Amino acid sequence: MGGLTWNYILKRFSMFLLTFWLGSSLIFIIPRLAPGDPVSAMVVRIVMREGYMENAQEIIESWKERFGLNDPMAVQYVKYLGNVVQFDFGFSLARFPTDAWDIVLPALPWSIGLLSVASVISFIIGNTIGALMGWDKTPRWLKSILPFSLTFTAIPYFMFGLLLIFILAFKLHWLPASGGYGRGVDPGWNWEFIKSIIRHGTLPLLSIIITSSGGWALGMRGLMITANSEDHFLLAQAKGLSPRRVFLRYGVRNAIMPSLTAFALGLGGLVSGSTLVEFIFAYPGTGYTLFQAIQTQDYTVIEAVCNLMILITSGSVFFIDLLYPLLDPRITFKSNK
Amino acid sequence: MEQKKVRRWNTWDNPWLNTKFLIGISIVILVVLFGLLGRIFWNVELAYVGSSPLNLPPVWQGGVPEHPLGTESNGRDMLAQLIVAIPSSFKVGLIAASVGMTAGLVLGSLAGYFGGWVDAVIRTLADAVVTIPTLAVLIVIAAFFTMRDTTSMALILAMFAWPGPTRIVRSQVLSLRERGYIRMAVLSGERPFGLMFREMLPNMLPWIAASITGNISGAILGATSLEALGLGPTRVPSLGTIINQAQTSSALIRGMVWWWFPPILVLMIIFTSFFLITTGLDEIANPRLRGLNK
Repeated sequence: MGGLTWNYILKRFSMFLLTFWLGSSLIFIIPRLAPGDPVSAMVVRIVMREGYMENAQEIIESWKERFGLNDPMAVQYVKYLGNVVQFDFGFSLARFPTDAWDIVLPALPWSIGLLSVASVISFIIGNTIGALMGWDKTPRWLKSILPFSLTFTAIPYFMFGLLLIFILAFKLHWLPASGGYGRGVDPGWNWEFIKSIIRHGTLPLLSIIITSSGGWALGMRGLMITANSEDHFLLAQAKGLSPRRVFLRYGVRNAIMPSLTAFALGLGGLVSGSTLVEFIFAYPGTGYTLFQAIQTQDYTVIEAVCNLMILITSGSVFFIDLLYPLLDPRITFKSNK
Repeated sequence: MEQKKVRRWNTWDNPWLNTKFLIGISIVILVVLFGLLGRIFWNVELAYVGSSPLNLPPVWQGGVPEHPLGTESNGRDMLAQLIVAIPSSFKVGLIAASVGMTAGLVLGSLAGYFGGWVDAVIRTLADAVVTIPTLAVLIVIAAFFTMRDTTSMALILAMFAWPGPTRIVRSQVLSLRERGYIRMAVLSGERPFGLMFREMLPNMLPWIAASITGNISGAILGATSLEALGLGPTRVPSLGTIINQAQTSSALIRGMVWWWFPPILVLMIIFTSFFLITTGLDEIANPRLRGLNK
């Protein structure tokens, strides 16, 4: 616990606030930079898509009033920030009387489940592969196989997902291609439902894990090579400690820390990437909700999901920041005086 | 004498002759050439809606030789679509990455050179922007601005392409600043501008190149993701738009492999070769990574 000080926590927390504020401000500013006002822009787009909209002018006026678009920009901004903090995004435009938040909230557990399981598994697998690749005692046969796991590293999750759907779902019929759980399964704490969730989640999970573990492996390999040449590592070997112990306690333990930083930095990409995975698998998470909101021009829901995505990433980065000094005893934020 | 001769024969020891780097760059060149030369040999007008018969399979599955890769449900020729789409993807990547790189060079050298509050502000901003999930903001942008051409899309993507280069340039400037030859140059009266571009920049080239290639494929990924969600420019075919149309027309269920697979294959080739270039450049810049294959 030595490294964690109030000063450090406060610093990281203000970083989290800054990131969240920047992100949601962008989401506030962008629509207002568009020619006209957001509501007219929406209506124009709906008219362009559907051809005709009844009482367009009246609807524009009432929405403008409802969203306070006739207020000065500063007032709007303060109101908006207040609403974001309270997670109040107003009504969904597409499914009118429903609250936007009520549409997003049920999708949240699906996304958090998918994201956390996928990121933890790929982090563990990737770092194990990388550490083995960078260790000089790894058996030769293993070393010649491991690089093949990097083959899919550069491929975006969702493209790999499409390939998996085609092969495993349509050709081999092993796993379902879309959805979060099977039709006719009763949601609740029963075995059928859990089994269905696992079966439906396997393909989205696989497409993220297979494509993203290579990145960790590559970084870990470099770190491990560096750790291998350190004096304390050589000393540990010279003392005759078991290879297993040297590998885990002296190699991996030292090399894992920068990987964790990379994990925090990569989260934004992971959240973005999984949005598309949900889209192609029609997985009932926030990413799919976002896609539906884009299709129905449901601006308030888009706003809610995007703010939520920013909150989740900046929040997780804050969490990892707090974890960091606990895991790495070399780091201390206490002054030496 | 003998020693010198051996050294001269060692030109193949040049770190730039990295296998991964060379393979990657040759594949990228081949793909670009396919896109550019294709226009000469193939009628790109066939890439537009209704220019060809509908739903033709490729020629090896019983299609016609006029449309060797088949056609999709809107009557576009697949080969022509790919020929039009590939250069535009590269264009987006190049524009976004070079704008991001320029901004990164300026901000990174400012931060590294001046330090103090300038550094603090730039670094904090870069850290914050890195954390924000790009797609969220891009989607909001795309939902409100109708993107008519690829250039505007590239410029929007560039907004997120600067933090990476900024961090790299900053850390390089910080480390190079303390080197003897830089101090020498300062003492000989070199101006900050010359110091940055004549003395420091050549030493950061591999890092900068790695960061540019990373950013190009990042921007292509961003553009493709937006297009795949149906938010890209719709009139001109692009790789992501083809995926979106295939997905919304259930090409997968209808067994039209020739529709959804080619754009994905091309993108996989592009991303993998950029990845090879980036890792190759990393090895060029950081000899430690090379050492293991002895």
